[in-house]
Amino acid sequence: MADYETHEHDVLVIGAGGAGLRAAIEASAAGAEVGLVCKSLLGKAHTVMAEGGIAAALANVDERDNWKVHFADTMRGGQYVNQWRMAELHAKEAPDRVRELEAWGAVFDRTEDGRILQRNFGGHKYPRLAHVGDRTGLEMIRTLQDHGVHRGIDVHMEHTILSILKDGDRAVGAFGYERERGRFKIFRAKAIVLATGGIGRAYKITSNSWEYTGDGHSLAYEAGAELIDMEFVQFHPTGMVWPPSVMGILVTEGVRGEGGILTNQEGRRFMFDEIPENYRAQTADNEEEGWRYCQGDKNARRPPELLTRDHIARCIVREIKEGRGSPHGGVYLDISWIKQKLPDAAEYIKRKLPSMYHQFKQLADIDITEQPMEVGPTTHYIMGGIHVDPDTQMSRVPGLFASGECAAGINGANRLGGNSLSDLLVFGKRAGEFAARFAKDNSLGKIDSPSRTDAIDIIAREALAPFESRDRGNENPYEIQKDLQELMQDKVGIVRTESEMQVALEQLKKLKERANRSGIVGHREFNPGWHTALDLKNLLTVSEVITRAALERKESRGAQFREDYPNKDEKFSKVNTMISKADDGSMRIRLEPLPEMPDYLKRVVEENG
Amino acid sequence: MNVQFKIWRGDASGGAFQDYTAECSEGMVVLDAVHQIQRTQANDLACRWNCKAGKCGSCSAEVNGMPKLMCMARLSDLPLDRLVTIEPMKAFPVVKDLITDVSWNFLVKRRIKPFKPRPPDAPDGTWRMQQADIDRVQEFRKCIECFLCQDVCHVLRDHQMHNKFIGPRFLIHVAALEMHPLDTEDRLEELRNAQGIGYCNITKCCTKVCPENIEITDNGIIPLKERVVDKFYDPFGWFWRWLKRRQDRQRLNPV
Repeated sequence: MADYETHEHDVLVIGAGGAGLRAAIEASAAGAEVGLVCKSLLGKAHTVMAEGGIAAALANVDERDNWKVHFADTMRGGQYVNQWRMAELHAKEAPDRVRELEAWGAVFDRTEDGRILQRNFGGHKYPRLAHVGDRTGLEMIRTLQDHGVHRGIDVHMEHTILSILKDGDRAVGAFGYERERGRFKIFRAKAIVLATGGIGRAYKITSNSWEYTGDGHSLAYEAGAELIDMEFVQFHPTGMVWPPSVMGILVTEGVRGEGGILTNQEGRRFMFDEIPENYRAQTADNEEEGWRYCQGDKNARRPPELLTRDHIARCIVREIKEGRGSPHGGVYLDISWIKQKLPDAAEYIKRKLPSMYHQFKQLADIDITEQPMEVGPTTHYIMGGIHVDPDTQMSRVPGLFASGECAAGINGANRLGGNSLSDLLVFGKRAGEFAARFAKDNSLGKIDSPSRTDAIDIIAREALAPFESRDRGNENPYEIQKDLQELMQDKVGIVRTESEMQVALEQLKKLKERANRSGIVGHREFNPGWHTALDLKNLLTVSEVITRAALERKESRGAQFREDYPNKDEKFSKVNTMISKADDGSMRIRLEPLPEMPDYLKRVVEENG
Repeated sequence: MNVQFKIWRGDASGGAFQDYTAECSEGMVVLDAVHQIQRTQANDLACRWNCKAGKCGSCSAEVNGMPKLMCMARLSDLPLDRLVTIEPMKAFPVVKDLITDVSWNFLVKRRIKPFKPRPPDAPDGTWRMQQADIDRVQEFRKCIECFLCQDVCHVLRDHQMHNKFIGPRFLIHVAALEMHPLDTEDRLEELRNAQGIGYCNITKCCTKVCPENIEITDNGIIPLKERVVDKFYDPFGWFWRWLKRRQDRQRLNPV
């Protein structure tokens, strides 16, 4: 084996957003020596972009809230294909995780009596989101980062992992490179936590940054873990659509939580046109009641703008398709209208939604206190991911844990806004705790047998192949990525159909061939062309997984809408799609029955119908 | 329309500006142009970015000599009849092209005493704080750590006093901790000595470049300077604390 710089840790956490940081803190608190790998600089992960808030049944604003209501809301939002145990743990533990952030210095907005303020959000029965204006993610990541850096966690910034190293069945390390010098490194660890976030870069219109190339999904898949629910990609209903350069940038659901309304070209509040059966009892049937809800009237039901994201995204697509969209191919989101209701509306909007105000003013020349915004769906989140034990967050690969967006189960077919930040905290903590425990019970695995060292050398050689561009055909990796994004957007997007997805599978094969011919200029030191070429492998893997899972689920449920199977099908109501790598290297897909929900939780669901 | 750019290319050993042309459309920001050039003409052009919406503070650089987030710098706000120059921040060592080594900032933060809350106010382990009492702290906590204020601060940029002065970013970090209603730690001694608050002579350059519009100087640094002065230079205050300490000692160890 070539000579690689080697680091040893008890627990290696890959990914430094909310879940990774929380896992690192917990493992460190349990006495483990922790290494934390960030793809970017510390504190820049996508958690920083989260805006609206952290969902937790603190019951500070509405005393009727409790974990049971939160659990029932989460299951209903996920169309009951969630892993019930994760949804249960999440609802029960989220309040403690939020209070813990306050103890570590987070400064949430306050209620009149000085407690943590909570706001309304889609699919949540009561005001539940602890928040800081519309920059909650920044508050969360900074609090975790500042708390974490005083714990002696060893932070490896601007590193990317290429492969999980195994000793027999067990995960015992990772192999990757550091961006600055382009050198390869080996990380040996007794336990590994994947917390790499999402796959948004597989799509053209996305709120995700360059980092979200499905690394954890792909690493786990290659290492032998199973991926579930990968067909469920969340298209957030409100991304910016104009100007073109900002297309996809997120507009927080908090705008609607504060009273923002969706209208079409004709000025009609089209969300009243179609209210799903299972939400009808909870949803206002007139505009006046909706406004009262936003103002805290406990007898009012929530406006249809606060239905779940999957439904709203589809309604927006319908309006645009039927010719009632805004000039730049979106619909209108209007918060300025509240000046009819509130005397100091402009100030209120600036105080509650400062970064939205700033973002539109600076990037689109729109004053949201005066004018409506133009918005349309943007790829935001993947509900699917690594299948883990709900309590410990360990995958079926011993020693390999996962938490946050790259793990799956809590969200089912659709995630409620605000449940992601709480997911990161609850399951980040659990992953850290159980990874530390695993590390205590196990010693460092072996990575030095000849077959293993050869395997590492092969990964290194493959990673360097784009530099041999003349022999390979010199395909520009940026162009391959762009073509992939367009393919997934067009063929495996919000509205799906068998024939188009079959075309996508064929095209993905061709893109894989092109990726093998990708060539780059320059040298190994901080070369984004090279990094883009290396990320293609993961992007192509997750794109294929998403497509195959979407083909397998021949029904429409939550975020998956099949034009050829437009309704829910009982046959798919109690299964997850599960994909793993077969011995011959092919993708094996099967329908895995969901664990049976225990009676006490069934009652909770019924009581909160 | 075509716009001409001059982008600094090179590494720690040296470099030079290179000319590029990008096709620019409505609404584009500098980062879009950099990405277009990267995709079509210079695949290995190094720059940092993440959120592309002014929230993560990764894409800091100097555009026409002004420290800016490239993702929030609209091309339409620049004079496009001239070359647009883009170069890395000057207060930190260059790694490659537009990337600088900002690791010093992370080391500085680790040396600042962490948050230390008073005991919880309520039996359930929670605290009570009024919104009015946290508005200022929330202003400081808007900081996205883009380090543009560090870049423009002459103590760091021109005098390179990184070992004696923590810079506006971390004075604001200390201010957010010191003014946090729950915090009980005292950071004034370090502020005066190791962290070198005295080197700031309030030219307000940091405030001018802050993309989050934090009033760094007026709301953060000046009140901190006042606290330091009160503690270390005010003779009445000094005498009062001396008296109080003596009384405390006498109470604890009565003669």
